[in-house]
Amino acid sequence: MATLVRDSRAKRSEFSTRSILRLAATYLGLAILDAMAFYLVYVFALDGVWELAITIAVITLLVNVINLRGDLYPLRWISPALALMGLMVVFPIIYTVYVSLTNYGDGNLLTKQQVLNLLAQETYLPDGGQVYGWDLYRNAAEDYALWLTDGEDAYYFATLGGFGAVTAVAAGAELPGEYQGYRRLDRGEALRASREAQALTFGTEALQIGIAGRREAGEFAQRYVYRADEDAVFDNKSSSLFRANYESGQFENDDGDTLRTGFISGTGFKNYVRFVTSPAISGPLLRIFAWTIGFSLASVVSTFSVGLMFALLMQNERIPYRKAFRTLLIVPYAIPALISVAIWKGMLNSNLGVISNAIASLGIDPPPFFIDPGWSKFGILLINLWLGYPYFMLVCSGALAAIPSDMYEAAEVDGATWWEKFHALTLPMLLVAVGPLLIASFTYNFNNFVIIEAYNEGGPPMVESGTLPAGHTDILISYAYRLAFGGGRGADFGLASAITIIIFVLVAGVTLAQFRLTKGWEETSENV
Amino acid sequence: MSSQEKHQRGKARPAFTLGLTIQIAILVIAVIFALFPVVWILSAALNPSQSMNSQSVVPPLPETRIVLAEEAGVLLEIVAPNGSRVERSAGTILLVEADGEQKELRAPKNGYVQRIRFQIGDSFEAGEALYDISSSYLINFDTLFNTERKPYVRWLLNSVAVATITSFLVVMVTALSAYSFSRFRFKGRRGLLMLILLVQVFPNLLAMVAIFLMLQQIGNHIPFFGLNTAGGLILVYVGGAMGINIWLMKGFFDSVPRDIDESAMVDGCGHWQTYWRLIFPLVRPVLVVVGILSFVGTFNEFVLARVLLRDKESWTLMVGLWGYISDNFARDWGIFAAGAIIGAIPTLIIYLSLQDQIVGGLTQGSVKG
Repeated sequence: MATLVRDSRAKRSEFSTRSILRLAATYLGLAILDAMAFYLVYVFALDGVWELAITIAVITLLVNVINLRGDLYPLRWISPALALMGLMVVFPIIYTVYVSLTNYGDGNLLTKQQVLNLLAQETYLPDGGQVYGWDLYRNAAEDYALWLTDGEDAYYFATLGGFGAVTAVAAGAELPGEYQGYRRLDRGEALRASREAQALTFGTEALQIGIAGRREAGEFAQRYVYRADEDAVFDNKSSSLFRANYESGQFENDDGDTLRTGFISGTGFKNYVRFVTSPAISGPLLRIFAWTIGFSLASVVSTFSVGLMFALLMQNERIPYRKAFRTLLIVPYAIPALISVAIWKGMLNSNLGVISNAIASLGIDPPPFFIDPGWSKFGILLINLWLGYPYFMLVCSGALAAIPSDMYEAAEVDGATWWEKFHALTLPMLLVAVGPLLIASFTYNFNNFVIIEAYNEGGPPMVESGTLPAGHTDILISYAYRLAFGGGRGADFGLASAITIIIFVLVAGVTLAQFRLTKGWEETSENV
Repeated sequence: MSSQEKHQRGKARPAFTLGLTIQIAILVIAVIFALFPVVWILSAALNPSQSMNSQSVVPPLPETRIVLAEEAGVLLEIVAPNGSRVERSAGTILLVEADGEQKELRAPKNGYVQRIRFQIGDSFEAGEALYDISSSYLINFDTLFNTERKPYVRWLLNSVAVATITSFLVVMVTALSAYSFSRFRFKGRRGLLMLILLVQVFPNLLAMVAIFLMLQQIGNHIPFFGLNTAGGLILVYVGGAMGINIWLMKGFFDSVPRDIDESAMVDGCGHWQTYWRLIFPLVRPVLVVVGILSFVGTFNEFVLARVLLRDKESWTLMVGLWGYISDNFARDWGIFAAGAIIGAIPTLIIYLSLQDQIVGGLTQGSVKG
């Protein structure tokens, strides 16, 4: 009986229960999202990472508006995708522009606020401050404490967070083995623990005690004080004023000394100007640019022509086992590119690789595939041909099948030769269909980082580039990568981002031209 | 059926002309060019000696008769000359050759020598094995799975986890958006679609510096999504996969007749019910294909993973394999080969079995990866 009643009531209120539940779920989800976002915005604002704080605030606000306003219902479905794209695609693009206008890099890794936060924690032992002798104590929780003796043999006891004069033990008397639950460490133990204890600050916020030397402990004071009105940091130790220098992103005093940590600061178009003004940058960059274009063009031409050739061959119905041939020929396409490049790298290895050995067994010196710039480029193009022809073989097969056969019949009636048919009929028809893909392939290879990196990490190195990590086979994107993450010389995120922006502009230009040429934009908009 | 007919029609004509022979010859050469590296890596993986310098296309029989020893920490391969003896001297084991020269023998550290076969005082014929190299073609796989310094299994699991979660999220989130774009007509719809397409022109690998710096900042406060974490990497992948997949999915949803949802609406279903109970199951097969391709793309992604994952423990498989290439490639060649084969198998199977779908997708302009 009871169940029956519950059932019918449930049925009657099903609709409203469900909608209430959904509403509750929406609010709960939004509340959780908002709480997280609020926390992030707060901490990023404290760090001075304003760009992220603002981005997250804007995205969260939009998601809230979309999900709370009834008339934006369709957008509700899209809001997760929009939020993800906003944070992971749109923001990085904008942020790249921002970074390219700064000195972000090794030595300037933190925002000014983060540097100030760090500096505020630094302490020093002022001259003429109170100095104590010290003995080390430790309690069961492995916390340390200091037994301090001042010049008049008065005793103090400093724990982590506490400080007080010792009254229970007379001045000058023997030190107790145990005090307030802390045990006195013997000499050996103290020696072993001293490194750990030296990193600690004892005492209270107002009275910070630290170990200063083998026998001395002292009252530490805050070393750096930020003066907002002068936009400068005063160093209490050396009594000099370090002004924020936004050109170099350093705190600098009148003698030209700087503080250890620099901060991120806007440097305008300095990174871009360096392309032109600095020969060490502009020289290699021009060559890298030329190779990027050459590599992309050669890759497209070679993969397309070989792929087309195979597609034409496969058209011949008299060839046996065509399906098997096709499957075998697309195997290179079905292997992860990184693995393929690595295998080829092993086969081309100058001393031990199978190809080099085969060449050597013919009595010819195997070419230096990884040392000589020309041979390196040849190797890369060969591998890229292997990687890329199946794509065009598949694409061309599809496009060839779409060419109406009566056109060929008409041509045959006119007595056209094979070459004439290919040249006047097949190729033009094919290019209409495949043309956009050729351009897409060009832009893809323009950023084909994997093959360059896996083959030889852009090497052999360009000697002319000096300290910059440019290599003869580097393309723009791999060079940007090397500038940012290359190690050795130190990261230069600003310069790397500026190069990325150049790539953005070039790729956008090519794509726009493609849309203009193929009227793809109008077509796409009509299909929407 | 029809291919058989064609085949027979082909046979009715003069069988092999010179032109046809040349064409077939070209294709055969092409297949050799295409498959040689594959055959080579297979043989390397099965070759019990791990270094590159003892490569041959047909791997030698597992019982390779070589003497292994270690000198000054370097692994040596020595063939014991005729008349050599093994002696024990002051706790070390010596190989005494016929001319009196002595070499100290130690088991190589790699750990793939399972059993020492000689007795003190044994003498040897030329080239006879002192150590029994584990008699298996699979020794490279064994080493691959059991080297603590290079936790291959961990990398494999990382990759599978990242790729699974990414492809699931991509399909779920983009299907929602695609449904909306396909079924609703709202202000700014066309503009939004165009914007998504425009943004997608820039692959997010280009913005790797910015993404790196962003995750670094996020990781300061939410370690779960910071650098070195699967969480952060997945977020980046999912975000980057939105655009193209929304467009792809929208096409699939458009192909489902609108009558279906209209009749559902008449029956009192809300949009969510229509979507979840009716449309979603209808397009599920396509979603599975998209999911699988997205899995493969993520599984094989290398650049962003390498930039964002700095600790060995958090690496994905491709980053780990890259580690083999960058250090001591020639020596760990066999192990790399074994790892590469395992890493390539999922993609290979999926691409070859989904050939026709992929060809269809290709001609529509979507690109691998």
